[in-house]
Order: sequence, then structure tokens, then C-alpha cells
Amino acid sequence: MLEERVDQGRRLVNMFLGTSLGAMFLSVFYPLVKYLIPPKLGEPTTISVTVPWKPAELKANSGRIFRFGSRPGLLIKTPAGDLKAFSAICTHLDCTVQYREDRQAIWCACHNGVYDLNGKNISGPPPRPLDPLQVKVRGDQIVVMKG
Amino acid sequence: MRVNGIIGWIEERIDLSGVKHLLQEKVVPVHHHTIWYYFGGMTLFLFVIQVVTGILLTFYYRPSAEEAYESVQFLMTEVQFGWLVRSIHSWSANLMVATMMIHLFSVYLTQAYRKPRELTWVTGMLLFGIVLTFGFSGYLLPWNVLSYFATKVGTNVAGVVPIVGRALLRFLRGGDDVTGATLSRFYGLHIAILPLLTTLILGLHLFLVQQQGMSVPPDVERASAQQPIRTMPFAPNFLLRDLFGWFVALGVLAALAAIYPWELGQKADPFASAPAGIRPEWYFVFMFQTLKYIPARVGPFDGEVLGVMGFGIGGLFLLLVPFLDKRAARGEPSPLFRWIGIGIILYIAVFTALGYLAPGGK
Repeated sequence: MLEERVDQGRRLVNMFLGTSLGAMFLSVFYPLVKYLIPPKLGEPTTISVTVPWKPAELKANSGRIFRFGSRPGLLIKTPAGDLKAFSAICTHLDCTVQYREDRQAIWCACHNGVYDLNGKNISGPPPRPLDPLQVKVRGDQIVVMKG
Repeated sequence: MRVNGIIGWIEERIDLSGVKHLLQEKVVPVHHHTIWYYFGGMTLFLFVIQVVTGILLTFYYRPSAEEAYESVQFLMTEVQFGWLVRSIHSWSANLMVATMMIHLFSVYLTQAYRKPRELTWVTGMLLFGIVLTFGFSGYLLPWNVLSYFATKVGTNVAGVVPIVGRALLRFLRGGDDVTGATLSRFYGLHIAILPLLTTLILGLHLFLVQQQGMSVPPDVERASAQQPIRTMPFAPNFLLRDLFGWFVALGVLAALAAIYPWELGQKADPFASAPAGIRPEWYFVFMFQTLKYIPARVGPFDGEVLGVMGFGIGGLFLLLVPFLDKRAARGEPSPLFRWIGIGIILYIAVFTALGYLAPGGK
């Protein structure tokens, strides 16, 4: 009888200790893990940007990087004189691409990826085309919008 | 007399017999592979230099995207000998990775990882990973163009890992992009977390080395089956030779740091293209070069996923080699594992050379 009661008491203590240790462990590590995960910032609301150059300033067969919200964008004027814009982030490993006048193509210096004037990946490791952006010319302003 | 008095005073309170025993009885085997025993100690010596110069750098360095580059610039142009302290820190880091690689592969090829030294090998491999993380995180801290893009690529590679990749990438970057938040994280990692881990694991590594003594390569062991292997006392014979090696390392380090001061480069600009000729630190070049050659898709897989998985498997193989190489554990010759090791060394050497010599896609 007595032994049974001791046994029960011990089980109660074990359970209490076990769960409280578990709870303590959780109460320490849950906030720690949550602390280490960076807070999600709201998606950048940028949908259109006026680039700081006039259409006449850009010569054919050239490209420039501009700020599209918090990310870089690439504005190119093709040899034929068309304006095109893309996200400048290489689809391979996130480097920032550039326009190569000598090749008339978009090139990433990091791993030698090449895209054509439509942003299509044509050689090297990039797995997909650059994200396209829309270009509109309003008077002497160039406005770039999400594609 | 006074020194003896002090030692006597301490001995009355603490048992020093273990230390005394170590100094008096520890011996180092002498054979045609003895030279490789020096590279672990040399790595340790360079690590001590890293600790000292690293602490000095924290006095001027400011970890933010707005101030990091400027604070290093100030350190190098205004602070007396600031250029030297930074140059030594950077050069010593590179030399340390080099001596550590020599240590790692010499231990591998002499099969010193075999029973009973499995744990020494595993702690050593963990230290190897820690040192590479030290290199990667420290590279970003000056916040220049090269380090900015190296960090973008490096963290993006982590993002390629299946399932947990995205979370891992955000965890490493402190957000979706490489920003000042990334710099803060890398700084905390570089000066607090990694030093703490190193202290613990290095302590265990050195303890195991002292407990078990130096490993004798299997071929030397077999050749001298009958008579005991020649040895030299650790103190002072081996220690003085060690010291000589450290002086050589210090001389090489001082010459490199003074003659080729480490450059700072251009400040990072998130709105500029990656410059031509961009390349990570030399010890990551073989992986970087591999990623250049893998096509976008290989069968059903993304090329970079395949590359990253390949390197992961390679690292895991090295970590677990004492448990895979059963023949070496039994003391038998193990040519397969020797050839795998030679293959890994050749792969690293060839792809590193290609990274520097192959046309950069101009």
C-alpha cells in the first residue's frame, strides 16, 4: 500500500519535472529561433519608377543600371533603338548583370551567363530568362513598370 | 630558486603531475613522414595571430553598411600601423587556410584518421568547416564590391539546398537581400559565435592529440614490425623545431603583409553591375569554377542544385572517412581511399588553376 503511494507520488513528481523541463526548454528556444528569423518586410510597393535619364541621353547599343525599388534594374537601348528593361538580377545566383556593347548582349560577370536583348538566357549557367519590366516613354521621361 | 619556489607553491595546491608528465615523457615518432607533424601546430600559431589582430581590428571597425567601408578606410589611412594590422589579419587568414589544407590532406593520406583517432579527425574536419566560415564571413566585413557579390553568390548557393534553402538564405542574409542586416549577422558570427565554437572544438582536438600521441603511418608501422620506431622528445627537441617553423611562418607573413598590403577596393554598391573578373577567395575558387561549367539543367535537375549537392556529399565523405575506411581501421593497406584522396586533391588543384587561368568569358 505504502509502496504504491510512493510510486504514484514519484510518477507525479517525474511528470511534473519532465513537463516543466520541456516547457522551460521550449520557452527558451522558441523565442530564440523566432528571434533569429528576420522579420518579413512588406513586399516593396514599387510598381513604377521614372529613371533619371531622358530618352535622348541614351545612345543605341548601351545599357544602364537603375534603382527599381530596393532592387537593381537594367535599361537597355538596343542597336535598333528600342528601349527595354529587365530586372538586373541574374537568375543563376543573384549577381547583378550588365550590358555588353561589344557582344550586344546582357552578361553576368560572376559565372559568365549570357542573355540576349529580350532577356532570354542563351549561354552559361542561368536557368531562366531575366524578369522583364515594361518601358513607357512619356514626353521626355522614361517610366519603367512591373511587367 | 624563485621560479622553483613559485612552482612549489602552486604544486602544494594543484596537482601538476599531468603537465609535468606531458613535458617530460611525450615523444614524437621520427620517420620519413615526420615533416607533416608540423602543419597542425603552424595552423594553430596562425590562428593565434588571427585572434590577436582580430581583437585589434574591432577597436576601429564599425559593422554597418554606412560605416564599415569608411571605418576600414580610416583604419588603413589614418590609424598608425592600421594598414599593417589589417594586412596581417588578411594574409594570416589565407596562410592559415593553406596550412590547414596541408594538415588535413597529409593526415588523410597517411591515414592518421584510422582507429583510434576517429574523433580527432571529426573534430579537425569541424574546425576546417569553421575556418572556411570564418573566411566567408570575414570577407564581407569591409563591405567592398568583391565581398558584396561574393556574399550574394555564396548565400544564394545556400538557398539552392532543397527544402530548407529559402529559410536558410533568409536566416543567413537577415532578410531577402544582402544588406546592412547581413553585415550585422556576419559580424556577430565572425567575432562571437565562431570564436566560441573554435575554442571548444579546438580544445577537444588538442586534448585528443595529447591523449593519443602522434599517429604513425601504416607503412612505417608495418616496415618496423619488429623493432620500436625511433622517437624524439617533444620538449625540447620537437618544440624547438616547431618554434623554428613558426618563425619561418611569421617571416613569410610579415613579408607578404608589408610588401603586398591587403587592398580595400571599391565600396559595395547594390545598384552597380558585378565587375568583370570577379572571383571569390582562392580557397573557394574550385567550387566557383565548377558552378561556371555546370549547365542550367542536367537531366531533371537544376545545374546549381546538383553542384551544391555534389560538394555537400564530398564534405560528408571527408567528415565520415574514418568510419567508411574499414581496411585502414584494421591496419590493412587501403589503396581505394588513398586514390579517392588523391582524386579530391587533384580536383581542387585543377579547378583552382582553371579559375585563374581559364579565360573569364571576356
